[in-house]
Amino acid sequence: MAKKRSEVADIDRSLYDFTYGEEGFERLDAGLTPDIVREISERKEEPAWMLDFRLKSLEIYLKKSGPTWGPDISGLDMDNIVTYVKPNTDQRSDWESVPDDIKDTFERLGIPEAERSYLAGVGAQYDSELVYHNMQDTAAKMGIVYSGIEEALHEPKWEALIRERFMTLIPPTDHKFAALHGAVWSGGSFVYVPAGTKLDFPLQSYFRLNAKGAGQFEHTLIIVEDDADLHFIEGCSAPKYNVANLHAGAVELFVGRRAHLRYSTIENWSKNMYNLNTKRARVEEAGEIEWISGSFGSHVGYLYPMSILAGRRAKSSFTGITFAGAGQNLDTGCKVVLAAPETTATVETKGISKGGGIQTFRSSIVATPEATGSAATVSCSSLMLDADSRSDTIPAMDIRAKNVDIGHEATIGRIGDDKIFYLMSRGISEEEARTMIVNGFASPVSKELPLEYAVEMNNLIKLEMEGAVG
Amino acid sequence: MTVQATPLLSLAGVTASVDEKAILHGIDLEVAAGETHVLMGPNGAGKSTMGHVIMGDPVYTLDAGAITFDGEDISELSCDKRSRAGLFLSFQAPVEISGVPLSSFLRASIAGRPGLEMKGREFRRRVKELAAELDMDVSYLNRELGVGFSGGEKKKVEMLQLLLLQPKLAILDETDSGLDVDALSVVSRGMDAYRRTTDGSLLIITHNTRILEHLHVDRVHVMVGGRIVREGDAELIPWIDEHGFESFEREAAGVPMEA
Repeated sequence: MAKKRSEVADIDRSLYDFTYGEEGFERLDAGLTPDIVREISERKEEPAWMLDFRLKSLEIYLKKSGPTWGPDISGLDMDNIVTYVKPNTDQRSDWESVPDDIKDTFERLGIPEAERSYLAGVGAQYDSELVYHNMQDTAAKMGIVYSGIEEALHEPKWEALIRERFMTLIPPTDHKFAALHGAVWSGGSFVYVPAGTKLDFPLQSYFRLNAKGAGQFEHTLIIVEDDADLHFIEGCSAPKYNVANLHAGAVELFVGRRAHLRYSTIENWSKNMYNLNTKRARVEEAGEIEWISGSFGSHVGYLYPMSILAGRRAKSSFTGITFAGAGQNLDTGCKVVLAAPETTATVETKGISKGGGIQTFRSSIVATPEATGSAATVSCSSLMLDADSRSDTIPAMDIRAKNVDIGHEATIGRIGDDKIFYLMSRGISEEEARTMIVNGFASPVSKELPLEYAVEMNNLIKLEMEGAVG
Repeated sequence: MTVQATPLLSLAGVTASVDEKAILHGIDLEVAAGETHVLMGPNGAGKSTMGHVIMGDPVYTLDAGAITFDGEDISELSCDKRSRAGLFLSFQAPVEISGVPLSSFLRASIAGRPGLEMKGREFRRRVKELAAELDMDVSYLNRELGVGFSGGEKKKVEMLQLLLLQPKLAILDETDSGLDVDALSVVSRGMDAYRRTTDGSLLIITHNTRILEHLHVDRVHVMVGGRIVREGDAELIPWIDEHGFESFEREAAGVPMEA
């Protein structure tokens, strides 16, 4: 049972269950140290190579500076980083302490009481474990491994595979938060789909996230072997209202030859969160990665899932929606590296800003000299719901191959008064009219989602739109 | 002409502008229950504006005057409330709203209206009936509202809404319908069905008289330069057909108006 804390700044040594003396505590207060990293590793009983990896990452972390572009993250309390790192300090453990706006969201989404407390991470572990184990059993019968990545590290067979792949797509040298992740990562999923295996229902990670209390620095590693097929849904709508305000997870996806992976996320972090998540996929010959990404929560977000199309005719498609409301600055988009002949990529994004929110779409398409005969199209449209809000588009293209076909189109607009008038002239209220238009705008994304998530996304938009009419 | 105690729709001294540019200058107009009126006039006379002002389009400012509907002053009501009070405006150029299926939009438009709200199966049956009446393919219902619809298809959707909502008074803005034979026949069918199934009033805005064939018209209003310059019975229609609006425009330009 986790102990309760009233606020982040309030350092109570007993919470961390540390064995250090007063001296160690001083260092803990100041920031991240090798001792803390060792402590994390030890607690997890990890192999020595992982500890080495963590320590090297820490060195890089301490040397690197943060991003000099994108939204301001000066409000992120890096001195207190250690309070985000220790497990069990950041999850509230009773229904009463769940913030009212989250409770309210559950209420209005119509989620039953039992399920609400479960989604909030305070429900009976038994139920969630059961659902998770059912899913795991079915997958296991097909030879699919779906487990916690920490558990998998304790299996020699998977340990070798993890060691071979872990943070190779996202090396700690990539950026400061990748380095931080390498040093302090904790929890997350490991999925292995053997060659030729096709799973016909999606694996959903929130069962894991909630049950295991993972969250801030989770690492997801998915390997889909040749000719296999998987749909993975990450942390969908599980509201994450953690005390800590930094999320620096990492997702690494390996898609084999002719394999297919669809990776769906609807992120609805609480609005004090700095979401600095990194996601990457490497796709081999004729393989395909499909990203479906919805970003609703967070105070500040930097999120650009990246596809590396490493094999001939590899494909990537990215469908994303970002909704930035009051107090939110969400910088999202995607990156594609066309690194082999005849690869194709499509990017379709929708951005919505409201109540002074800032939504930026940032994309990068890189074609290496090997990418002859490749094609990429980027299409993004943004909708600003009022004069205070802002939407920007920052596309980048770096084309070093011949015979590459790249297209980009961007539209930024507002809801036309004529559309509102038309709907209202049919007896529809202004708020409902706006919600209807925004939902319609978002539909290219929602129709890609499994039904229950599409319904949930529409409800989220509806909640965001309430009171939109001044 | 029948005289009714309280007209269904009444405009008294309606003066309206857009971006501080005055368009309507003191319009007086009354439509009684069950009557069919026609508003005619040359291009740019302000006819469509009047339709929008009656419906409550916030683009226009009502600078003076009052609009009364069904015994209530609706001058300050938002257009959704005017719709729910029983007013309807068919659009010259209906909008396109991507991602919103026509059927969802229709459901939203009847939701919460006493006597009109229907359950799923009943709704589908009703819409099917109306679609048949308008010779409209039911597959329209799954399409995104207005997106990729031809002019004639858009008109069918407008008429479908007219028949579904059964307003007390429908303003049909058909300024350019004469340009398209298909659209014209759709509107005629819609009007016929509306007259047959309700005792509602019609205010048809047009400068083309073909749309008025086979229709019993109670009153004709001629608008020039944002003013009603002539009113009369159905006899005025063939006269306009023959002479056009030039004489009215000359009068409006300063030549005294004949009685």
